[in-house]
Amino acid sequence: MARRAVITGIGVVAPSGIGREPFWQLLTSGKTATRTITQFDASEHRCRVAAECDFDPLALGLTRQQARRTDRVSQLAMVAAGEALADSGLELDGELAERTGVAIGSAVGGTTTMEREYAVLSNGGKDWVVDPSFAPPHLYDYFLPSSIASEVALTTGALGPAAVISTGCTSGIDSVGYAAELVRDGSADVMITGATDAPISPITLTCFDVIKATSARNDDPATACRPFDRTRTGLILGEGSAVLVLEEYEHARRRGATIYAEVAGYASRCNAFHMTGLKADGKEMSEAIDLALGDARLDPTAIDYVNAHGSGTKQNDRHETAAVKLSLGDHAYRTPMSGIKASVGHSLGAIGSIEIAACALSMRHGVVVPTANLHEADPECDLDYVPNTARERELGAVLTVGSGFGGFQSAMVLKNLERSAS
Amino acid sequence: MNQDVVVTGVDVIAPNGAGLDAYWEATLKGVSAIRPIGRFDAEGYPVRLAAEIPEFDAEFTFPKKLTPQTDRLTRLALICAEGALSDAGVDPAELPEYAVGVAVSSSTGGLEFGQQQLQQLWGTGWESVSPYMSFAWYYAVNTGQISIRSGMRGPGGVVVSEQAGGLDSMAFARRRVRKGTQVMTTGGFDSLLCPYGISTVAAAPGVSGSADPDRAYLPFRADSTGFVPGEGGAVLVLEPRTVAEERGAETVYGVVAGHGAAFDPDVTGSGGDGLLRAARAALSDAGLTPDDVDVVFADASGSVPLDRAEAAAIERLFGARRVPVSAPKSLVGRLISGGSALDVVTALLSLRDGVVPAVPGTVRDLVDPRIDLVVGEPRTASLRCALVLARGHGGFASAMVLTAP
Repeated sequence: MARRAVITGIGVVAPSGIGREPFWQLLTSGKTATRTITQFDASEHRCRVAAECDFDPLALGLTRQQARRTDRVSQLAMVAAGEALADSGLELDGELAERTGVAIGSAVGGTTTMEREYAVLSNGGKDWVVDPSFAPPHLYDYFLPSSIASEVALTTGALGPAAVISTGCTSGIDSVGYAAELVRDGSADVMITGATDAPISPITLTCFDVIKATSARNDDPATACRPFDRTRTGLILGEGSAVLVLEEYEHARRRGATIYAEVAGYASRCNAFHMTGLKADGKEMSEAIDLALGDARLDPTAIDYVNAHGSGTKQNDRHETAAVKLSLGDHAYRTPMSGIKASVGHSLGAIGSIEIAACALSMRHGVVVPTANLHEADPECDLDYVPNTARERELGAVLTVGSGFGGFQSAMVLKNLERSAS
Repeated sequence: MNQDVVVTGVDVIAPNGAGLDAYWEATLKGVSAIRPIGRFDAEGYPVRLAAEIPEFDAEFTFPKKLTPQTDRLTRLALICAEGALSDAGVDPAELPEYAVGVAVSSSTGGLEFGQQQLQQLWGTGWESVSPYMSFAWYYAVNTGQISIRSGMRGPGGVVVSEQAGGLDSMAFARRRVRKGTQVMTTGGFDSLLCPYGISTVAAAPGVSGSADPDRAYLPFRADSTGFVPGEGGAVLVLEPRTVAEERGAETVYGVVAGHGAAFDPDVTGSGGDGLLRAARAALSDAGLTPDDVDVVFADASGSVPLDRAEAAAIERLFGARRVPVSAPKSLVGRLISGGSALDVVTALLSLRDGVVPAVPGTVRDLVDPRIDLVVGEPRTASLRCALVLARGHGGFASAMVLTAP
């Protein structure tokens, strides 16, 4: 009997608040958590809006030493992992700890602390040969993105295979896909998996400002990001983390665990086209969707909902609309497809896992979350993007897609076992 | 039954040799690349030595158009990937659309490029930052650029676990091949040899502060001073044995027979059994036992407690001094994810030529007596199976079993 990977725990730290509940409340309300940046003085930047988390690591249980040796990117994941593990009801000890691995996605790792320390060592950007005598003792830990996986393993007690997956903005789908494969092929029975990013820093904001990928609608922060809307002007950065407990199906069933969904299919493709550009035809994303459906042994018509990448750029909206039509055919027009980045921002590598968490919660509640800020649909985007208002709908299988710099295209299919069993 | 996944192409850009033959010749001759840092004035730095890659021919013919958007590390990775594909005789353009994928690990990204742009931002202002900054520094840059340059549209992946990343990426690539991707391009490439990068590693435990290139990185001794940072890496081409045979691949270097990974919560180093668990998992995955292993390529961190822990793990696995142990990274420093990928290539060449590279600058009497570290001159032996061990800073342990074709 083939091994299957199921989600038995979810933890979320998102701009809506700490935990699954405030996250779900925000998504279903159709409201947004984008605001004028408070984490640093962004007044000189082109884009001055982001979706920030109100996050205090000490108040959430991290020790002072944990907080000192980690960047915020790890802290978000540590807190999300704690919620996920508690939700799953698993106790990681003895042999189970050795059979539990960690796979966390992140696009930019600890860049916020790296930049902060750079500013000190370089004397405010003056010196090329920076002064290492000002380096804090944990600078190498901030520098290595893999520290995130290390900290999540330490905080959960996992002793199995651990790694960070860093494929830019598809990291959050790719890490869960990677974890599901480890469960399926027997390398682990449980995977603590998900993704995290905390990119709201001058350098990362600048990265997107200089190529005008960000929305400059600074006068109205709450509606700055408008996926699939004719008036969209770009993406808004976000931060956050979602961590899932992925467990081998029989293992979960034997202990009577509550199962959110099965990670039934996954695939990734490169477009080999351009580091930041997308071809309008959506061909490689469509190929990834087809393969993920094949992996899940599902017909395209089985998909009840599509969670879109929906970053808020014209290029992306048209690209993925084309991709979904290619793969789902006429069924695409009958399938609700919404994106959550208007609400929680684009948290780069983290968002793919945050979207998987949203999909799993949608299946649990039988609710399709809306695309916020969508009032005047782009005539080139003619699918049902679920504008502004949530809908009740039983979901048997859902598709989530992601697209990232480097040309990466990823797709994942989740199956609702309760519904497919009945 | 899982099918055999074989290595049919390799290329290397290492501090002591750019290109497979140059690297292998230098490694067997015991040519060390450890020298005082030459890339910038490191006067007063707590780390004074590094293994830098000198400029080499292929860099001068690299397309100028790509230079402004790439860190040097990415250019090296691109040159190396082309070399590995050419060695394998694989042209992605001649294969079906999605037949070839890429998974090259990186822990540093284009760090020097990143430091330059941080200087622009903090020294001048955000408008002066390069439009390429959004992708030229990040960890997926090498994988993305390689896929674009060689037209590889299959699966992509970037598995990061510091020094273990080269092995973990190869395991990822093997999984993709087993699930139907015809060819995977994999390995690891890293460099932190710029002022800010050296400053990060200088803050970490384990790096050598020695100023003596002959003494700075001599692992498995009670008087080891640590490791020396290096740069570069290796790219390998993996495919199913059946496909390689059908297309008449010129060389089959070996079989990626087994992989195992584990987390060791004793992060700085001694008591945990992560490396042992990873090695056992790799052997079990390969369907082999310790008796089958003819040579071990050690992680050889150069830190006294970590080296002792590794020697103890090797002793527990094989018994004391039962199997030759090699540590060729003592010549080129630690290349982070590039290091374990390079060790795999070295292991494959050892299997091919029946010779184990030596740590030339050490003496047997000073080496941990529990292991048979090959010192002085390379040792010839009949080799069928190699075990490569790697540990990444932060508790990552990984092991790979390679067998002769």
